Amino acid sequence: MTALSFSARLTALANPKRFLDISGVLLPWTAIAALLFLSAGFYMALFTTPPDYQQGETVKIMFVHVPAAWMGMFVYGVMAAAAFTGLVFKHPLADMSAKAAAPLGAAFTALALFTGALWGKPMWGTYWVWDARLTSELILLFIYLGYIALWDSIEDPVRAAKATAVLALVGAVNLPIIHFSVDWWNTLHQPASLLREGGPAIHPAFLWPLLTMAVGYNILFVWLLLLRIRTEIYHRRARSLMLVQGAGP
Amino acid sequence: MSAFFDMGGYGAFIWPSYAATVLVLGLTIAFSVSAHARAKAEIRRLEDQTKGGPS
Repeated sequence: MTALSFSARLTALANPKRFLDISGVLLPWTAIAALLFLSAGFYMALFTTPPDYQQGETVKIMFVHVPAAWMGMFVYGVMAAAAFTGLVFKHPLADMSAKAAAPLGAAFTALALFTGALWGKPMWGTYWVWDARLTSELILLFIYLGYIALWDSIEDPVRAAKATAVLALVGAVNLPIIHFSVDWWNTLHQPASLLREGGPAIHPAFLWPLLTMAVGYNILFVWLLLLRIRTEIYHRRARSLMLVQGAGP
Repeated sequence: MSAFFDMGGYGAFIWPSYAATVLVLGLTIAFSVSAHARAKAEIRRLEDQTKGGPS
């Protein structure tokens, strides 16, 4: 395959009409897969996992807390990559993807903070502490909210895409801070249990439900992202149609 | 059954975290699906108007 045909294929994929066709096929399947994985995950988390020898039943909060926290960061990575692509290659579909991802990331991050507080009270004795992990996670939520507000405050989508992309890229510096905060600073929050040297430090009885939930959260994100990009494509098309009609005879 | 809801004395922390998860994810799904349906209906309406010529 020559470089030209490869870039031509990428361009064809990035065509909004083509995107509507492909995502239209994927939508029902991703929705069903998300439902299956999440049902299985919730069932295992609530009914089949044993209590932890140290944390008792509160370990059940892990199954909704950890995937939400992972997704909060993962979605930000997707959003920043899309924003960067839009900024450099000026492709509207990349801009729309970044915009569509933000509310999903904000929802996951809010859930990570809320369920984390509910886990912190019985295990640490406090809902909240201003340490590095918790504070940087809260900042992540604020960056999402600022990003969404900035999109809404600029009428012209091309200018809005540029301004928001800069914010998304500057805010990406927070991602390594969140990840390494538990190693760099003293914190109540435990260090990573899965992505660590020497393999996961977590019993299979907890690992499998956790991974099932994480896969469910990921597919849910893909489904909703496709749906939201489609919505954005329709909005832009409606906008240009109305401009044409307004300017017509 | 009540032991299940009690969750070893931690029910007051576990159930709200599950309720919040279901609520927030459910609302996110509901908003995304309804916004998609509305945008699709709007574009259909506009395209019909455009095809029908200037009204």
